[in-house]
Amino acid sequence: MSLSINDVYKVARLARLGMTEQEAQTAHAQLLNIFGLIAEMQAVDTTGIAPMPHAQDITQRLRKDVVTEPNQRELFQAAAPQIKNGLYLVPQVIE
Amino acid sequence: MQWEIVIGLEVHAQLSTSSKIFSGASTAFGAEPNTQACAVDLALPGVLPVLNRGAVERAVRFGLAVGAHIAPRSVFSRKNYFYPDLPKGYQISQFDLPIIGQGSLTIQVPTTTAGQTYKKIVRLTRAHLEEDAGKSLHEDFHGMTGIDLNRAGTPLLEIVSEPDMRSAAEAVSYAKMLHTLVRWIGICDGNMQEGSFRCDANVSVRRPGAELGTRREIKNLNSFRFLQQAIEYEAQWQIDTLENGGTIHQATVLFDSDKGETRAMRSKEDAHDYRYFPDPDLLPLAIDNEWIEQVRNTLPELPLSKQTRYVADLGLSVYDADTLTSSREMADFFEATLNEATNEAKLCANWLMGDVSASLNREDRDITQCPITPQQLGGMLKRISDGTISNSAAKEVFKVLWSEGGNPDTIIETKGLKQMSDVGAMEAMVNEIITANPAQVAEYRSGKEKVFGYFVGLAMKASKGKANPAQMNEILKRKLAG
Amino acid sequence: MLNSSLQQLGAALRSKKISSVELTQLYLSRIAALNSKLNAYITVNEEMSLAQARAADVQLAQSPTNALTGIPIAQKDIFCAMGWRTTCGSKMLSDFIAPYDAHVIEQFNRVGAVNLGKTNMDEFAMGSSNETSYFGTVKNPWNRNAVPGGSSGGSAAAVSARLCAAATGTDTGGSIRQPAALCGISGLKPTYGVVSRYGMIAFASSLDQAGPMARSAEDLALLLNVMAGFDERDSTSLQRETEDFARDLNKPLNGLRIGLPEEFFAAGLSADVAQAIESSIAEYKKLGASVVDISLPNSRLSIPVYYVLAPAEASSNLSRYDGVRYGYRAPEYTNLADMYEKSRAQGFGDEVKRRIMIGTYVLSHGYYDAYYLQAQKIRRLIAQDFVEAFKQCDVIMGPTTPTTAFNLGEKNDDPVQMYLSDIYTIAVNLAGLPGMSIPAGLDGNGLPVGLQIIGNYFDEARMLNVAHQYQQVTDWHTRTPQHIEV
Repeated sequence: MSLSINDVYKVARLARLGMTEQEAQTAHAQLLNIFGLIAEMQAVDTTGIAPMPHAQDITQRLRKDVVTEPNQRELFQAAAPQIKNGLYLVPQVIE
Repeated sequence: MQWEIVIGLEVHAQLSTSSKIFSGASTAFGAEPNTQACAVDLALPGVLPVLNRGAVERAVRFGLAVGAHIAPRSVFSRKNYFYPDLPKGYQISQFDLPIIGQGSLTIQVPTTTAGQTYKKIVRLTRAHLEEDAGKSLHEDFHGMTGIDLNRAGTPLLEIVSEPDMRSAAEAVSYAKMLHTLVRWIGICDGNMQEGSFRCDANVSVRRPGAELGTRREIKNLNSFRFLQQAIEYEAQWQIDTLENGGTIHQATVLFDSDKGETRAMRSKEDAHDYRYFPDPDLLPLAIDNEWIEQVRNTLPELPLSKQTRYVADLGLSVYDADTLTSSREMADFFEATLNEATNEAKLCANWLMGDVSASLNREDRDITQCPITPQQLGGMLKRISDGTISNSAAKEVFKVLWSEGGNPDTIIETKGLKQMSDVGAMEAMVNEIITANPAQVAEYRSGKEKVFGYFVGLAMKASKGKANPAQMNEILKRKLAG
Repeated sequence: MLNSSLQQLGAALRSKKISSVELTQLYLSRIAALNSKLNAYITVNEEMSLAQARAADVQLAQSPTNALTGIPIAQKDIFCAMGWRTTCGSKMLSDFIAPYDAHVIEQFNRVGAVNLGKTNMDEFAMGSSNETSYFGTVKNPWNRNAVPGGSSGGSAAAVSARLCAAATGTDTGGSIRQPAALCGISGLKPTYGVVSRYGMIAFASSLDQAGPMARSAEDLALLLNVMAGFDERDSTSLQRETEDFARDLNKPLNGLRIGLPEEFFAAGLSADVAQAIESSIAEYKKLGASVVDISLPNSRLSIPVYYVLAPAEASSNLSRYDGVRYGYRAPEYTNLADMYEKSRAQGFGDEVKRRIMIGTYVLSHGYYDAYYLQAQKIRRLIAQDFVEAFKQCDVIMGPTTPTTAFNLGEKNDDPVQMYLSDIYTIAVNLAGLPGMSIPAGLDGNGLPVGLQIIGNYFDEARMLNVAHQYQQVTDWHTRTPQHIEV
């Protein structure tokens, strides 16, 4: 399962990280090293072991269905790169 | 050669909670842009989701209503993709362990013969909880798109069917039944214009008995008419494509309701790779039997049970039973009417599906906005039933009830609509008629029974339309027989 | 004053020997004088700090007050604090003014502690040397050519150089304990779920946990008393009885069973560190403790497991930084996809991008089972090792890090070598256990060595007791960096 340079481009695209060819080459070499480190894990026999997604083996606490949040648009949009009429603006989305 | 159309539906029903699935922001429709998008909905750095109990309970209600397995333990996963209306860059959804497992829905599909339906059972694959995305607005921003995140985080129940439907009519019946059911059990307001109930249709075609064909998914159909048109267009397009030697490629398509056509989406990124994984911010959701039983105890009688009962116990046709259970309000109205006009189920059904529905349609109202109460309607029908008024007189009573209200008995009294049931008086009228029309009597007695109608007309005229027709007929027949 | 414990500072404030405003000004002037040398703080806001100090002085005039009322605390720049620039060490958030308070910040505000400023950190807490910060490297106060450790390096350096009375940190794979060790201070990562993560900018959600960083175990206990507590806004926050983490500080250690994992003393551990740890174990024996040899056989896998799980979660957690609602947006772009790609390429540093790449890859189609799921299974094996170990001992001890502070730039070009510096700390996060580091000696170059103490779930009070008793009979925790005037 060796990581190819094409995998690097594919992953960068999935993660929306722009990358020059030079950067991709560097990333490729480093990722190969890191996956070399990770590879050790793959020899372990984990048959019958349940995955552990959380640090605690407890279940979800539920919230009451009540509205608690006031309108804070002005405060929140103070941090926005571009807004108009209360909307966040982005380059046109084409469907 | 024949083609078989294969359809599976994915329905997104917005759950009727006050607050969002993972935040305390309001879900009310129509607010100013981004005024109902709180820190969690905006995915500000550091915020975390907490699951809304109301959303879970509504999912359980649905599961019980379709006889499905309710998972004692289900898991929320992240579906990762970038889109400006998806603030976190992932949608919290359920993937391999959904809250609701397999169930089924019984539908009545109309045939080409009016009033005729056939029954079909559609299997449900699963239903799962997830969050809605925001909205992209494309107008008036000079090549920019405006993002409104008020809808982001609204709870959705995605209900997935097996590919069990074989025509657009079946798909529409299924969607309508589901639409009825979610409103019936009070988990979704069903407002399709506002997007509370949206359908995606997976359509493929095949030769009967062959393997399933490649499907294309029609996204976001927000009316039953569009659902019907889109499926019909898409299926025909696929058939034409195949018959012309083409192949179908898996795709997501949109329905252009102006042109009545489906077309593949332009921007659908390269191969999707959603990288689902369990959301580390949300622990597994546990639902115990006690909770399930509590929810079960609050469930109303379901449409299918009512339909069965109406046919078996009340003697109604399947078509009538299906129509009367098109909404819980309609069924409640029917039953309350029947409660007044006891044992007159067919009469109640006819009036509800006839004059009442027609009047409502004319004024663009639904049954909850009916100006006549079931007690008033039932009170009037009771008078038809006991012979106090004729059907035609009832139409007059109905008009008054509709426009002015009041007590049916008072209206009958003041308008003088009571029908004649004094047998002696009616016999006297008939005697007079027989005496005055010897020729026609002779004709009738010689076997020309058609003349009977002539006598009926005279009799009703003589009684100023108030005679009980059945009674009058009986007297006429007896006297004419000599 | 600068070497006073939090308890002493509190007493001085309550007895009006000093006001909170004066104490805050004292630290602010030290920061003004020394921060250019250490770069421990990203943001200082005198006005806001002093406003809080004035309010605290009013509060102090009334009673009762909390032990921390009026005390200036440095906050890691990972915690959102309303009105404060909150950068998480990233260009992506370099102009982000937080519009709300993290639970941890609320807890400190509630008791009238003063927010002294936001400390430097590795970008999005990804790093072990504080060299990935967009705001420049933090220098180790003990040797300014050496790293302070990471990711809570700014907090560690600030505590060590007396640029605050105490600080907060967060620990995903060792980010409190490792810089605490390298800067010669005490730091505690509580059991996962004890401190709310609400408002703490996420790195790897199932591992992240906030904790205190201070000069002694006693101080840590007072800080944890404020930081811990149930928060309904964090689904993983645990509902537990309120506890006083200082309650057992003075218990004797007679009968304490210390587990020493053979894996923590194997190849890779530097001789200086090994010797310091052995000396401190000897000290514990004198205090009445006994030693048990234990094994954590799967702990060697904790680095590969961590470098699958943490990047996987991070790759998803960092998707929200898209230049749409807040944060950095590239100045020029041609379309939406280009805006995303440029904003993220320019807004994130190399290490963050590297981890997003790793995480995206291990979650992608065809690799999920082999990497992500396998890592989660081994995570359970690692956690089970601890369950077994705690059947034989009360606490586990070993080195916090394999070496003392390494030089700036030394491991910059070799991510794998950098990752290996967390070899003893990561397993604790994977298991969700509490862990701490306390000063336990100096190496040949006069750089601090950290002793790691790992407790069973919710055993923070006992760990603090174990650390405090050691600090009663040793003075490593009182040592100060030679080059920093106190």
